[in-house]
Amino acid sequence: MLRFRPHAYKVMVAHCYEGLPLEACGLVAGDPMTGKVEVAYPTGNADASSRTYTVEPKDMLRADRDAESRGLTIIGVFHSHTHTDAYPSPTDVAQAPDPAWHYVLVSLRDDAPVVRSFRIENGNIGEEPVVLDG
Amino acid sequence: VPVDVRLPTILRPLAGGQSSVKANGATIGEVFTDLVKQFPQLSDRLVTEDGNLHKFVNVYLNDDDVRYLDKLDTKVGADDTVSILPAVAGG
Repeated sequence: MLRFRPHAYKVMVAHCYEGLPLEACGLVAGDPMTGKVEVAYPTGNADASSRTYTVEPKDMLRADRDAESRGLTIIGVFHSHTHTDAYPSPTDVAQAPDPAWHYVLVSLRDDAPVVRSFRIENGNIGEEPVVLDG
Repeated sequence: VPVDVRLPTILRPLAGGQSSVKANGATIGEVFTDLVKQFPQLSDRLVTEDGNLHKFVNVYLNDDDVRYLDKLDTKVGADDTVSILPAVAGG
């Protein structure tokens, strides 16, 4: 299960809408033991594409340092799918994912955003519930 | 003089669970060679067979991405911190 502080959830979804028509991405930080997202870090998409994303490396470093200064760890990544389901694409699975990370997909295809989270291990995709937790 | 090397979560299990390790070398490439000597499981995770930086990692000397410096030939000193972070991408 991936629990979000409501503010982090709001920052994540807002960043995805702000990125349109391109895919948007960012990182989520929290306590790896509890799997609770305390902070969402919007990052640039170095690909500037509507089909792929690459977390801007400088933003990644900045987020990692900020998380560490708060006693948190980067525990996952989010990105938007502008016209498809909130489900990992073959490209997502092929990018050597970290089995310890949460892969959050935000689909903007429908009227309301759809947020789902996955673990990816050895090419196997497992979904986990996403809940808000103040 | 050893430099501090910060490891991403995905590589920590291959380095005894440590988030930060010390390694010797005058360049990023030499530091990585020393790291692999200490932690052989890191061998194909940092540098490719043809001797380039692996595309799944980004390496920073302090605040700078070494791809924009001299890559593996980037010089390092005692006060420097080398940070390895995953290159995060998808579709």
